[in-house]
Amino acid sequence: MTTPQELVERALDYSRTDACVVLAQEASTANLRWANNTLTTNGVARTRDLTVIAVVHGPEGSSAGVVTRSGVTLDGVEDTVRAAEARAMSLPPSEDAAPLLAGDPAAGFNEPPADTSIQVFSSLAPSLGELFEAASAAGRILYGYAEHDVTTTYLGTSDGLRLRHAQPTGKIELTGRSTDGTRSAWTGRSTRDFTDVDAHALEAAVVQRLEWSKRRIELPAGRYETILPPSAVGDLMTYLYWTAVALDAYEGRTVFSRPGGGTRTGERLTDVRVNLRSDPTLPGLECAPFLATGASSRHASVFDNGLRIGPTDWVRDGLLTALVQTRHSARVTGLEPTPFVDNLVLEGPDGERGIDDMVAATRQGLLLTCLWYIREVDPQTLLLTGLTRDGVFKVEDGEVVGVVNNFRFNESPVDLLARLAEIGRAEPALPREFGDYFSRCAMPPIRVGDFNMSSVSQAS
Amino acid sequence: MVSAPIDDRFLALPRHELADAALARASQLGARHADFRLELLRHQALRLHDGRLESSSEGETSGFAVRVVVDGSWGFAAGVELTTAEAARVAAQAVEVARVSRAINSEPVELADEAVYQNATWVSSYELNPFDVPDADKEERLREWSARLLAADGISHVDAHLLSVQENKFYADLVGTTTVQQRVRVAPELTVLWVDPDGGGFDTMRTLGPAAGRGYEYLDGAGWDWDRELEELPSLLLEKSRAPSVEPGTYDLVVDPSNLWLTIHESIGHATELDRALGYEANYAGTSFATFDRLGSLRYGSAVMHVTGDRTTEHGLATIGYDDDGVATQEWDLVRDGVLVGYQLDRRMAALKDLGRSNGCAFADAPYHFPIQRMANVSLQPAPGGPSVEELIGGVERGIYVLGDKSWSIDMQRYNFQFTGQRFYRIRNGRLDGMLRDVAYQATTTDFWGSMEAVGGPETYVLGGSFTCGKGQPGQGAPVSHGSPTALFRGVRILNTVKEAGR
Repeated sequence: MTTPQELVERALDYSRTDACVVLAQEASTANLRWANNTLTTNGVARTRDLTVIAVVHGPEGSSAGVVTRSGVTLDGVEDTVRAAEARAMSLPPSEDAAPLLAGDPAAGFNEPPADTSIQVFSSLAPSLGELFEAASAAGRILYGYAEHDVTTTYLGTSDGLRLRHAQPTGKIELTGRSTDGTRSAWTGRSTRDFTDVDAHALEAAVVQRLEWSKRRIELPAGRYETILPPSAVGDLMTYLYWTAVALDAYEGRTVFSRPGGGTRTGERLTDVRVNLRSDPTLPGLECAPFLATGASSRHASVFDNGLRIGPTDWVRDGLLTALVQTRHSARVTGLEPTPFVDNLVLEGPDGERGIDDMVAATRQGLLLTCLWYIREVDPQTLLLTGLTRDGVFKVEDGEVVGVVNNFRFNESPVDLLARLAEIGRAEPALPREFGDYFSRCAMPPIRVGDFNMSSVSQAS
Repeated sequence: MVSAPIDDRFLALPRHELADAALARASQLGARHADFRLELLRHQALRLHDGRLESSSEGETSGFAVRVVVDGSWGFAAGVELTTAEAARVAAQAVEVARVSRAINSEPVELADEAVYQNATWVSSYELNPFDVPDADKEERLREWSARLLAADGISHVDAHLLSVQENKFYADLVGTTTVQQRVRVAPELTVLWVDPDGGGFDTMRTLGPAAGRGYEYLDGAGWDWDRELEELPSLLLEKSRAPSVEPGTYDLVVDPSNLWLTIHESIGHATELDRALGYEANYAGTSFATFDRLGSLRYGSAVMHVTGDRTTEHGLATIGYDDDGVATQEWDLVRDGVLVGYQLDRRMAALKDLGRSNGCAFADAPYHFPIQRMANVSLQPAPGGPSVEELIGGVERGIYVLGDKSWSIDMQRYNFQFTGQRFYRIRNGRLDGMLRDVAYQATTTDFWGSMEAVGGPETYVLGGSFTCGKGQPGQGAPVSHGSPTALFRGVRILNTVKEAGR
């Protein structure tokens, strides 16, 4: 079978336009899904995508024609290149045009693609069988999902650059419900290879929460002292990060816009000395150290393919220090070209306490499990709405005393940064909602004195 | 209703050879059921910012999947190399996956009976395939539309995009059904942005023209008056930017189909998916308050509420001839006279719950994904001879008229929801009285539909929709439409979104 490197070289050989970028991505994935104490769906799949970005220089700027096709063999390469070139010739100059990146082949480019198979679950599957049996006997119903994906990206430019990156991404989620459907609990984590996944430990966390839920307490809507666990913080900070786009801020359309013009870069977002940062080399959260994209957007430009991605502070000591940039938006905004990085860490100044210690130090408050259905309500403040899910617990004098009804919240993550009463120790976290797209983060549990629970949700 | 030929490039693929190789191998290895699906998906996205090209990309996904039932367990595998040897290998892999799964499967898979359809062909209803239109023409169209908006007073920026999809599917199974299908869809959208030069904030408004199961003729005005909408949009945004902020409280609502389609989608469409009601989505999309034991008795809403599911409406985004279980598509009732009377099904759940034939809702968004039950076109039916929009507004003393969808959120059992919109008008004594801003409505599903006093007549009915309904693990996107008349709701909770932010 053709190698991805051959596809890249062949496509560059065929290229007749002024410049060209080629991306070949080889992915393999395996998944198991279960519900009602039994396996429901499963699958393995292998995909191969070839993206050709043909660039034509003209008197008014450069045009890019982008075509992505799956399952391309050597025979199909020329057609893909010509299709991209035809698009480049027919389209006007691109707003984000910039010279392509040049360089030499990086070490490791000739390595074959990494892959995965259903065997990645060889120790998980029997554990699940045991858990299903135990759950049925104990009057619990388990639901969940495990997925492992390995994508290897090969990037080549007509100016000699050759880069390779292999990215493993995995996660497991477990939901437990009582047979009468009145109690529900969830836990989840990300993993690179499943060797660190202990299904029995995940189940123990779910069982503990189902036990806590045996006493039910109804609470009305209102503002409550609330401890948000790392998963919930991860969803809120992911949304903030996705919104921290330089061009949008510059045009006056986000919470990061400076009234009257420009961005809020350099401004203080919060008096709390909090850091929000990314780094492709973070242990356990490693991600691509160069940019690879098959479509331009406000987050990324096809012209920037191969751009080096380094450690980036988005917020440092409470100051907004950078926004997500393309080289084009960096020119427009006059700021550093800081591209999007595929991981994120939130850290506080102390950060010693774990969530159990924070609960123990709570006189009166709520402990959340995770958040769900988070959507933007008002971009001016980045007001988000959403719901608590799978367990809101009441804490009294340092102990969980029962489960509370779910709530709809209306809160802005930017505003929350300014109202942090406590920031715990950052740990790897799987954002419940956005983990499908963004699973590499380390988040602390946080305490907010007056979290806005806008109304009661009957969901349980 | 064949309106266009099937793409030659798809027909040129060796579909029968691949299917025969895969199905023969699966059968030989002990599969009781086996199906083979070959797909070619074309996607195109064009984005302009202030009339300049921001992004243009085109993608093609091809590949096939083999799904088997072996000893009562599903097995699924997918491949991209279109050779008979690979098809047979993937079939064997699917059987292996089924055998690995059997150890932890306690619910044997049975499939509801379905007739055999040999060599069936189906093509969606459209005149001009968007992939037959030169890129430069599409770009020029969006540029011209953007220029009109940019020329208007007070408009700071204009975003425009056009998404186009062509979907080809071939399905074959062991009992002899073979179907070849093609459908196209388009989604044009323009957004105008106003930024207060004095630093007093910003606001946006976008076109209400829905995503549609139509061809490029949609941009020429077939099914939507784009010229009129573009003409009105800038002044509507400026009016909104100057409008007073809403006083939170309880109001009567008259809701336009451009907003209500999404409320139908979230609070009825998802809640009547049987896989949710049975718990299959408990870890992800969630379950449903409309549990199976309440079929035939749950009071979903007022007596004027009649909701249907279908995969047959012309130009509907979920419309197709045969689903990914090989079932011919249909139309049926979900809510009749305000009572829950039906669910959306696939063959497995229809058999599991002894519901007879499946109503054809199995769908996979890509060749490499397992088909799951996906939403039909779920639509609120208008009242024959029912009131006009003016008559509905005329019946309101103190209320709000809501147009266009924007923010949406609903809980894991589809009880509590909150929606905003593109435009809100104050209603005073039966008449519109200027715009309002910062409005959100929040309710519990059955309370909301129970408060529906009247649905408008057929002339108020519009088919809305989306390309990107999400569900399942691994996540899958599906296109779906929702028809709705304008409708009147009494006593709904209104929030002020600025006050909610604590300002």
